[in-house]
Amino acid sequence: MTKSTVRVKTLTIDGREVGAREDQTILDVARENDIFIPTLCDLPGLSTVGACRLCLIELKGSPRLLPACVTRVAEGMEVIANSERLDRYRHGILELLFAERNHVCSVCVVNGHCDLQSLALKLGMTHVHFPYQYPSLPVDASHERFVVDHNRCILCTRCVRVCDEIEGAHTWDVMARGVECRVITDLAQPWGKSESCTGCGKCVQVCPTGALSEKGKSVAEMSKRRQFLPYLTLMREGRK
Amino acid sequence: MTIEELRKIAETEREAEKRYQHRVCVCTAAGCLSSGGDHVLDAIRKEVAESGMKNEVLVKGVGCMGLCSAGPLVSVETEGKMFANVTPEEAPDVVGSLDTGAGGPQECPTNVPFFERQKKIVLENCGKIDPERIEDYIAHDGYLALVHTIAERSPQEVIQEIIRSGLRGRGGAGYPTGLKWSTVAKTGEQEKFVICNADEGDPGAFMDRAVLESDPHRVLEGMAIAAYAVGAQKGFLYVRAEYPLAVKNLKTAIRQADRLGLLGNSICGSRFSFHVDIRLGAGAFVCGEETALIASIEGKRGTPRPRPPYPAESGLWDSPTLINNVETFANVAPILRNGAAWFAGIGTEKSKGTKVFALAGRVTNTGLIEVPMGITLREVVNEIGGGIPDGKKCKAVQTGGPSGGCIPEKHMDLPVDYESLKSIGSMMGSGGMIVMDETSCMVDVAKYFMEFCMSESCGKCIPCRAGTQQMHGILARITAGEGTPADLALLEELCDLVRNTSLCGLGQGAPTPVLTTMQYFRGEYDAHVAGECPAGVCAGVHRGGEEVAK
Repeated sequence: MTKSTVRVKTLTIDGREVGAREDQTILDVARENDIFIPTLCDLPGLSTVGACRLCLIELKGSPRLLPACVTRVAEGMEVIANSERLDRYRHGILELLFAERNHVCSVCVVNGHCDLQSLALKLGMTHVHFPYQYPSLPVDASHERFVVDHNRCILCTRCVRVCDEIEGAHTWDVMARGVECRVITDLAQPWGKSESCTGCGKCVQVCPTGALSEKGKSVAEMSKRRQFLPYLTLMREGRK
Repeated sequence: MTIEELRKIAETEREAEKRYQHRVCVCTAAGCLSSGGDHVLDAIRKEVAESGMKNEVLVKGVGCMGLCSAGPLVSVETEGKMFANVTPEEAPDVVGSLDTGAGGPQECPTNVPFFERQKKIVLENCGKIDPERIEDYIAHDGYLALVHTIAERSPQEVIQEIIRSGLRGRGGAGYPTGLKWSTVAKTGEQEKFVICNADEGDPGAFMDRAVLESDPHRVLEGMAIAAYAVGAQKGFLYVRAEYPLAVKNLKTAIRQADRLGLLGNSICGSRFSFHVDIRLGAGAFVCGEETALIASIEGKRGTPRPRPPYPAESGLWDSPTLINNVETFANVAPILRNGAAWFAGIGTEKSKGTKVFALAGRVTNTGLIEVPMGITLREVVNEIGGGIPDGKKCKAVQTGGPSGGCIPEKHMDLPVDYESLKSIGSMMGSGGMIVMDETSCMVDVAKYFMEFCMSESCGKCIPCRAGTQQMHGILARITAGEGTPADLALLEELCDLVRNTSLCGLGQGAPTPVLTTMQYFRGEYDAHVAGECPAGVCAGVHRGGEEVAK
């Protein structure tokens, strides 16, 4: 009989043996051990959705690729977090994102502080070989302090989740389907007219790109402050 | 409700039917309804009343008889005759033919392969019973399986029977039904749900619609047996709102079954209770994916989530949930009535029973068919389908809808079962079967399905959302005569990316029509890039040096 209520597992990631609590995900363990797995929709403190598909990993014995952010560890798992094949897919996904909307770093408020941009840098992206789609998208500057620029949105839904899960307002949501999807405030009203928005600005801080930004910031002037998130999550968990 | 009471209802109903000399069934399911089946029914009723034959002739509205291309269909059960393309004006001819045995409108022969090569289990009552009367269903052995099961079998025995039958999910993937049931049953005593997936969305597919419209009680009975087996108390039927008649007939059926104590609290005096509710889908194809469907029932945006956890463990409101397709549930009652061995005796080694297909496209007989697993595609197209009209040649058969593939003519002798269809790059799918002849352009077909996937992508994951748009863009360029060899390479690369990295089946399956057409009809792609559409379909692409008129 064991007295411990915590179960631990051992597994290998890219050949390295690592230990993990049974409730941890592959991504958690990889981060603890400084093994790089790219992510975009994931943000510690928010629920996981497995939407960006960048954290897909290979698992020995499984024909399918699995998202590291939602896949729990298991005893004896052999995870391949970085391979030529994964690299190819990750590049493909990033390029699809850059081609989908109008990401122009040179005029972006978060130039130099952008998750999408730094990931492209880290993965060594040199160009986009898919045709750019150049959709015509609006900018909503109706809020007195913030701006949403749909040209730069990657639909990661971090704003939706932080507003719902942390702030408790659920001002943000997604409407429509496929490439027509947009993040919206309330029932697709202008942000400035939203009755549920508390103006807390958490959505702006968690946004990985320049889609949500503070007014009055020019090119490269906006950097995001996310220190509040782990703290708030910890406080909530403690209260339960 | 006891077995005796049930038998009594059945007996009374059969006696009542026997009192009539003639029984005339008029199809009023959606296919015939669109060509005026309801008016034909009214006209025949009126004619019977006016000619004073009300006590001799029973006229009833029934569900789908299968040969939708010849609708509205009228069958005279007692004489074994069937009339095709009946108009309300022909009502006197129909009624007049009853006693004389001659004349009548255009007769539809029933001794042809279309009817004789079929094997009906799921559709055994379709076109025979009045879907709006529970008594008619009971008279055809309805609810017998449920009442017997509750009285005589343990949930474990039911699950074992389903496992032995070899029934596999009819939604497309073919997951073993018994295994799924046993997983849900193993989650212990807690709140559980049973969901019937009736969000049929493949273009050209209408199998589930026909079953729900023509024989709704069969699905309810299957769901109730499943609930008893897995220990669920509540069920949801998720039906797309585009099926108003199915919804109406289901509502009636649930009310009737409730009243007779076949659904609701303590069914048949046992401790087993099961309540069923209907939920309407709002037109999103992706809601046929089980996790998206569950989110939709919960009132959330219908988007899929990664599995595991599978619904069997954590589904509706995080409770263990059994989710099966309409056709799967429709197979349950006959299996329990006739035994697992009977069912396992039909079909092939790994695919048991029958499969319902909606036969459409370039084929003489279009409509709803049910065939034993293992029949070849050639038999389906040439014998049941009556071959290709206008002396054209068959080019390909598409199965599995937007996630399925195009099977070339050379593979038509393959048996229809889950493994065989998969081995050549297609899939069984939910039952859409589209036949194409030489006049179809395969690149255009691939573009059509890609457009469908692009507009139906939920937008949650990047490869499906942006990848389908890119693939559609390339296919549009190729069919417009602007494609280059580099486009074909890019298309192949995107297929690989989207198939392997998408979150749910919609994205993972979206490249299949492109992959199979590229595999089997590569020549057509190359011809388009070289400036020619061999089938002459694609406007803007030259044909033999001559531009096809736009």
